[in-house]
Amino acid sequence: MAKITFDGIEIEVPDGTTIMNAARTVGGSIVPPAMCYYTPLKGSGGKCRACLVKVTAGSTKDPRPMPKLVPSCITSVQDGMVVENTVNQQVLDVRKGIVEMLLINHPLDCPVCDQAGECDLQNFAFEHGVSTTRYTEERRTFDKIDIGPLIQLHMTRCILCYRCVYTANQVAGDRVHGVLGRGDAAEIGTYIENIIDQDFSGNVIDVCPVGALTDKTWRFKQRVWFTKPVNAHRDCPKCSGNVLLWYKGKDVLRITARKDEYGEVKEWICNECRFEKKETSDWTIEGPAHIDRSSVISANHYELPVLNHSVVADLPESTQRELEKNPPLKLGS
Amino acid sequence: MQSLSNRAKQVEKKPMTLAERAYLPAIFQGLSITMRHFFMKKPTIRYPEEQRPFSPVFRGLHVLKRDEQGRERCTACGLCAVACPAEAITMVAGERKKGEEGLYREEKYAISYEINMLRCIFCGLCEEACPKAAVYLQADKMAPPRFERDEFIYGKNRLVEPVSPDNRSKRGIQLTEEQAQQLRAKMDAQLA
Repeated sequence: MAKITFDGIEIEVPDGTTIMNAARTVGGSIVPPAMCYYTPLKGSGGKCRACLVKVTAGSTKDPRPMPKLVPSCITSVQDGMVVENTVNQQVLDVRKGIVEMLLINHPLDCPVCDQAGECDLQNFAFEHGVSTTRYTEERRTFDKIDIGPLIQLHMTRCILCYRCVYTANQVAGDRVHGVLGRGDAAEIGTYIENIIDQDFSGNVIDVCPVGALTDKTWRFKQRVWFTKPVNAHRDCPKCSGNVLLWYKGKDVLRITARKDEYGEVKEWICNECRFEKKETSDWTIEGPAHIDRSSVISANHYELPVLNHSVVADLPESTQRELEKNPPLKLGS
Repeated sequence: MQSLSNRAKQVEKKPMTLAERAYLPAIFQGLSITMRHFFMKKPTIRYPEEQRPFSPVFRGLHVLKRDEQGRERCTACGLCAVACPAEAITMVAGERKKGEEGLYREEKYAISYEINMLRCIFCGLCEEACPKAAVYLQADKMAPPRFERDEFIYGKNRLVEPVSPDNRSKRGIQLTEEQAQQLRAKMDAQLA
């Protein structure tokens, strides 16, 4: 076990844990942002530099500070390490620079992009960036390539986090796409015209932190914040069948996997669940999904009430039954 | 009984004075006031033939702007609709097809864009929210009164401003003289 101090909070974690995961055991606003690191994907992380933190003391044995900021998602903890994230001005300044760097070639076409409203890059820039740009040069553009009838690729929006490549390797299997070219010419592509249609390939849409890979069946249908997420499941022979249905009125417009508070998929879902079962009758509805209050999607989104049973004594029996089946959310969860 | 508020006044009936008893002076005094008002400047106007000058910051009827090439600026991003406190705005987005590049500015556009003028409170939040400088509330136009409710739902046919540089709305990004000339030339070429 290693004892570290993160932003003044003492945490004890097993040896070999990364600084990021140590911070996540505490949770809340001290957790460094992650654009490329994805817990379920092996080998991810260390590319976007969004999670840089300052290590002011390396370990008990060698308490010298690390000379440069370190990426917290791939740096493992050592006993006695002192890490500063939100309390260090240098970290906050560098993070502004990282936002600027990631946005250099980003087209900023959020009004057109289907990811807007649940975009990691949008949130990251909003929380850590500056609201103006100094970049006046031409942004890079690409010839559009068609990667099949289910997934839409917008290479201009890509930040080269490699998440989709790892997903194709580790989840979908039989990978046909990857990163071509080097340096500023690097791009996601299939090299020879190829279609991504492996059974679990739809998960690249969920792992993509930006709008580079989006669901073609949902393209331009609605803005995310006008749809209502509902937890549902079905008996699927291929995957767990636990999904999130995105409703507009009575129509299921989109189906995604359920994500945790860090935007990471809990259970991978298959393409049949994702693209083909767009009827309410295909699913068993569990109830409205929890949406963070700070999210734009939470506008007009109603969840089961937060109730204190001992205070509300005479609830109708039907409500009590309903509450037992779907326990109310705790405040702040 | 004593009054609760101590503000009650005793009404007393005094006998009328001579002028009051004469009756006619009071009549003529009243008539003179009437005649004075008869020749005074009238505070009302004959709307709609005559209209009052609008304040330059007046927020009236919405307009959907076009850009310097006559393409619609709106990309149906939905920010106006989510900003709208009265939920007056609805839209359906569509993908621009090949050959429509001259009609719509971006690859996504609004197939339908409707504002319910009965719901709208003319607060101008849609104008503030618009990232494409597409929707503006005009300072010189109002939604006129109508008889039917569904006539107040303004679609794109009544919201989008004309292509011609001479009939454009005065709000929003204006064309430079050069851009207007180019657009006129383009329109003439298309007519010919």
